[in-house]
Parts: sequence; C-alpha cells; structure tokens
Amino acid sequence: MDIEKQKRAPLYEALERLRRQRVVPFDVPGHKRGRGNPELVRLLGEQCVGIDVNSMKPLDNLCHPVSVILEAEQLAADAFGAAHAFFMVGGTTSAVQSMILASCKAGEKIIVPRNVHKSVINAMVLNGAVPVYVNPDVEPRIGISLGMQISQVEAAIQENPDAVAVFVNNPTYYGICSDLRSIVELAHSHNMRVLADEAHGTHFYFNDKLPVSAMAAGADMAAVSMHKSGGSLTQSSLLLLGSGMNEGYVKQIINLTQTTSASYLLMSSLDISRRNLAMRGCESFGKVMQMAEYARAEINAIGGYYAYGSELCNGTSCVGYDVTKLSVFTREIGLAGIEVYDLLRDEYDIQIEFGDIGNILAYISIGDRIQDIERLVGALADIKRLYSTDTQDLFGLEYIPPKVVATPQEAFYADKEMLPLEQTNGRICSEFVMCYPPGIPILAPGEIITEDIINYIKYAKEKGCSMQGTEDPAIEQLNVLR
Amino acid sequence: MEFWFSEMHTDNVKASIRCEKQLYSGQSDFQRIDVFDSAEYGRFLVSNGSVIFSEKDEFIYDEMIVHVPMAVHPNVKSVLVIGGGDGGVARELSYYKEIETIDVVEPDELFVEVCREYFPDNAKGLEDPRVTIYNQDGLRALRTRHGEYDLIINDATDPFGHTAGLFTKEFYGLCYKALKDDGVMVYQHGSPFYDEDEGACQSMHKKAYRVFPICRVYQAHIPTCPAGYWLFGFASKKYHPLNDFDAKRWKKRGIQTWYYTTNLHTGAFMLPKYVEDLMEEAEERQKK
Repeated sequence: MDIEKQKRAPLYEALERLRRQRVVPFDVPGHKRGRGNPELVRLLGEQCVGIDVNSMKPLDNLCHPVSVILEAEQLAADAFGAAHAFFMVGGTTSAVQSMILASCKAGEKIIVPRNVHKSVINAMVLNGAVPVYVNPDVEPRIGISLGMQISQVEAAIQENPDAVAVFVNNPTYYGICSDLRSIVELAHSHNMRVLADEAHGTHFYFNDKLPVSAMAAGADMAAVSMHKSGGSLTQSSLLLLGSGMNEGYVKQIINLTQTTSASYLLMSSLDISRRNLAMRGCESFGKVMQMAEYARAEINAIGGYYAYGSELCNGTSCVGYDVTKLSVFTREIGLAGIEVYDLLRDEYDIQIEFGDIGNILAYISIGDRIQDIERLVGALADIKRLYSTDTQDLFGLEYIPPKVVATPQEAFYADKEMLPLEQTNGRICSEFVMCYPPGIPILAPGEIITEDIINYIKYAKEKGCSMQGTEDPAIEQLNVLR
Repeated sequence: MEFWFSEMHTDNVKASIRCEKQLYSGQSDFQRIDVFDSAEYGRFLVSNGSVIFSEKDEFIYDEMIVHVPMAVHPNVKSVLVIGGGDGGVARELSYYKEIETIDVVEPDELFVEVCREYFPDNAKGLEDPRVTIYNQDGLRALRTRHGEYDLIINDATDPFGHTAGLFTKEFYGLCYKALKDDGVMVYQHGSPFYDEDEGACQSMHKKAYRVFPICRVYQAHIPTCPAGYWLFGFASKKYHPLNDFDAKRWKKRGIQTWYYTTNLHTGAFMLPKYVEDLMEEAEERQKK
C-alpha cells in the first residue's frame, strides 16, 4: 500500500471542487441542492444535500468509471491488496450477488456453507445455480455454527468435481473463521474459484493481529461491508477482485442490477473511509480489540454469562476468531439471547446488534468509548441480578441440517400452495424463513420442512425473534410446493 | 474589556457570568475543563461548557447532598462518593467522626488535579486520611461491590455527557447491590424547570423508584444551575428521609453550615406542585 497516495480522496476532492464552482444545476436530483425541499435540509444539513448530485463529467459515473471514481476504486484496491475494487451502493448484498452471478450460470454448482447470508441463496434464485451445502459443525456448548472444515470442503469437491466455486464466510456473523488459505489452495487446485463473504471482515485488512483477509489468502472475490466496521454510510460496500478475475466481465454483471443513479453520499463515504482506514485503521482496530477483550473479561467476571473469544479456535472448524466481536452466550442465566436483547433496549436504553436463541452480539467499533462499554457490562450485571431464571425450558437446537430436494430457483418459481405452518411437515418449502439479524435462513427454497424446523420457528417467534422471508408477514403460513 | 462566560441552559435561554480572566483550560479523555475567575461567583469550574460549581454557591450543593442523608441514617461508617473529584462532598463528610472510610471514585485524574490547584478549599476534603481516591469508571467500581456501603453519594451532574452511565437503570441497580441492607443513596436529580430537563428528571425518578423501596426527592436553590433550581434524590432500603430524621442527634454534632439547617431539612422535601406532579406521573408510569 502506497501511504502517500492513500492520503488522497479523489472523489471527495472532486465533490469539494464542484461545491466551490457554484454550478447552477439544471439536472437531477430535483431538490436542487436542497432548495426545493427545506424540510430535508433541516433534517440532513446543507452540506449533506449539497453533495447529493447526479453523475456528471467532473464526478465520473459508477456504471462506467473513467476518472475520479476509477481513481478512488484503484486506491481502495491498493488499500485492500486487491487487483481491483468496485464501489457498491446496493449494500454488501449486491456485492455478494455479483460474486455469485459472475461465477456461475444456471445448473452450475457452487459449494457453500449452509450458514450463509440469504443474499447468497437469493442470487441462486435469480440465476439458477445449484448449491452444494457443507453442514457446519455446531459448537456444543453455545450452539453456534462454526466454519467449514477443510476435510468437509475436500469431500464436497470429491463428490462434486464439476462445482465451479467455493463460498466462504470470513468471518461468520459471530466472528468464526475457516481455514481460508487452505481452502483457497484446495479449490484452486481443482480449478474452482473462492468467493468470500466479508460482510463482517473489513477490519481484517488493517490489523495483522486479526484473522487473514480474503485477498491476502488468495481468494478470487470478496464482498466487504465498508459500512459495518469500516465506518462508511449504511448501504455502501466494496467488491474486491483477485488477480485472476476479468474486471470488465464483473463490471457487466454488476451493471445488470445496479442503479444508474448511484448516490454520491454513499460513494464519497467509501472514499473517505478508505482513506481513514489506510491512515489510521491499524491503530483504531487495535483499540477496538482492546475494548472488546476488556468487555469480554468483565462480562465473564459477572458469572453466568459466557463471552467467548479465541478459545473457540480448534484448528479445524474454527481456525481464527475475530476478537472485535463481542458475542455472549446468555442461556446459563436462564434467558434467551433475544430476551436479553429486548431487556437491554427496553429497560436500559442500550441497542445491540442482535439476539438469537442463545446469544447476543454487541458490535464494538471505531466509534465506541470505554464509558459506553461500562454501561453495557453494568446493564448485563443488573439483568442477571433482576431477571435470571432457571435454565430448564430453553430450547437447545441451533442448527438443523437441511434436506435439499430442489434448486432454489426451481422451488421459488414452482407451483405452490400456502399452508398453515403446522401442516407443512414433510413438504418442500418454496420460500425463506429466517431470523433477521443474523439473516441466515432456517429454511431456504427447495428444502424439506421437518418437525424440528417447525418447532424451531415457533419457539423463535415466541421468544420474540424478528422473523422474515415469507409471503405471509405473520409467518403463520408457508408456501410449499404442490 | 467585556469578557463573559455564557452557558446555554436551553436552546433559548443563556446564562452569562462576567469574568475577570480565564485561569485554566485543558482537555482530558473525558471532558474539556475550564476554570474562570469572576467578580460575582469567584472562581468557577466548567466541564464541556457547563458550570459544575462556583466558589460562591458550591456550599449549597455540597451541604445538601451530605447532611440530609447523614441526619437520617443513624450509623454511617462507609461511604462511596461517585464523581466528586473536586473534594467538596468529601470535605463535608470529613466533619463526621463516626465515618471510617470515604471511597471517592473519579475516573478523570485531570479533574482532580485541576481542583487541587484552583479550588484548594474543596480539595482539602480529599486530604482526609479516611479518603481513598479510585481513578475508575463509576459503573465499573460498583460492579464488584456487594453490601459494603452505608451511604452512596452520586456526585455526577450531567445525564447526557460523559457521566451518562450514572443516570441509568443499571447504575441504580448496581448501587442497590453495593449498599448494606439499611443503606441510603443520594444523587443528583437535575433541574425540573425547563421542558428539555423535565424528561431527564422524570426518568431518573422512574429508574430509582423501581429499584429502591423508599424514593423521595428534595430541592435546593443553586444559582449556577439551570433556572437556579436543583433537585436531589434520596433512595433508601430502610430509612425514610423524614420519618427517620433525627434533628436533635444531628444538632449535637455542632457542624457549622451555611445552607443546611434541621428546619430546612424538612422543608426541602416539600415540593412545588408541578414538581410533585412530575414525580407522581413518573411513579404512575412505572407502576403500569
């Protein structure tokens, strides 16, 4: 990384130049630097609406970058050690979907861990690719899915030598990393690409003490949520390419679904955040790690809670742990994670990232202060004092291996009927069911519905998990194949 | 030359003090600290733009937050002061011979240093041999303490700034746990007058009210506070601030005060109607 060059922010600088020129706008957007919408200016501020502008020659065009956006993307590529970087304005979802759409066509197989984000399977609904699932091991005590073992990937490759790519979470929402370097080596030796979902791994690129990043491990593409740990605006993201990829083709794929009116707020936030990460990322993430480790130690000292960390590493299904993640297993105080999540918000005015059946996850980032960490730890201590219960009746199962009988695309577009949840046992599901966050499907299109799954859905609903994916908003009925 | 310090009490109300000069300005990890000298208020200390106390009116605050609980609880041996790095509260506590330990938890070392240098009359309270200063976050200090204190005084004033953690449900809960079975806690309750302070004031009462069986609010007139009017909270596991108040016992000590009297003690709990209404509304909401 060339630090001198990284001090620049070409897109941001171009916006500054435009602002000083006081150009009279006879183009979209119609609010004309906010003048036509004073309430919006009051909400967002003049500075903000002033750079909500359209693509124009001095500002380049995201659909076909040739000047300042291209430069900004090249700087991002250099900062992340990639051959090329695309600015994405449709969230990391759009980056993940572009990776899938650029790697496989209808009927082609792709090896994926089952605990992927829904955007992966959504992309397969769109293009008809066939998922080959690797069932992740489940950590026995805390019930979360771990990574893919190299032996599992090897077996999947042996059974499906015609697969075109291997998809890897780096890391999972909970911070678990698979042995990415070995997976890359194995996949490449079988002419398969490696695609990494780094929605939760932006910071891996900027501190050596964190697990290896996809580009450093030699992966072919990575979807990186700059707006999560990277500090850019929500919905802005990066798609990184390794050296073996055809940049022009990937750009065509992106343009199949990407807006032609990309927001300069989002793009300039990517440019500025990249600069910030390149200049100060290492130090900032060092602090984040310290804060998270401190919080972990303090939470474990309360007793009852288990804030897990790098001790989860077992050399096979978990070879790296992202210590900036603050995940806490709550079931031993007799509360489901989602219940602790609700208590924190309703009783203590603390909003955390998510709660699932057994865990909560607090997102620690470059914006946190130690006094806020103290509040979180203090609140957890108080929750234990006031609300802890007998742990007997809590549901233990977190991962249910799916039985896949149809591709996501076949199942999604098939003839279907809507049935009450209770009557769907044994039928093939044609839609998604998931708790969001984390957005990992409990059921995906093409999978057989079982008694266990029905019970799990009912239990998650009863505990107050936010469920989605189905046509029926109340998730009382499911679409199944006729 | 006109040199004025101004503080916005609301978006539309500004309180100003004419200053002789600025004596200090510095930035710690927690706050910006400024010290000014003025004709009317003497020296005064400012944190992030808000007056924390002045030489002229600090006695009101320090006396009211110490002598009220001390005249109720019959046997205070161990006291925890949270915030209070200026030493004013410790100074008032030091007049009580029966107190054995005074733990002062003040995260900001710079704050203590500045007070020692510019407010020696307050800071002398920290020199008492019974005082131990812990440079620690208040919530963190409380987490590890169980049934240890007779009295906890929350000396932090700002429910929105760096001491926001000391106005939360977890804070009152952790205080409850750190107190003995007959322990008392007093805390800053803010000013109830302006609309934007009203909500914070109610939410403090709501939070304390659900944690402690006895929870009453008392008042004082403090000129540098918003609207010159300030409330304190008295939360207790056993002793009632009026029913268990022993004026004779307190008078026997012969402590010299300039604001607190045993007559005022009772009067301080007699609240204006609008404040009573605010508190009752918070209690009602809590019951629901």
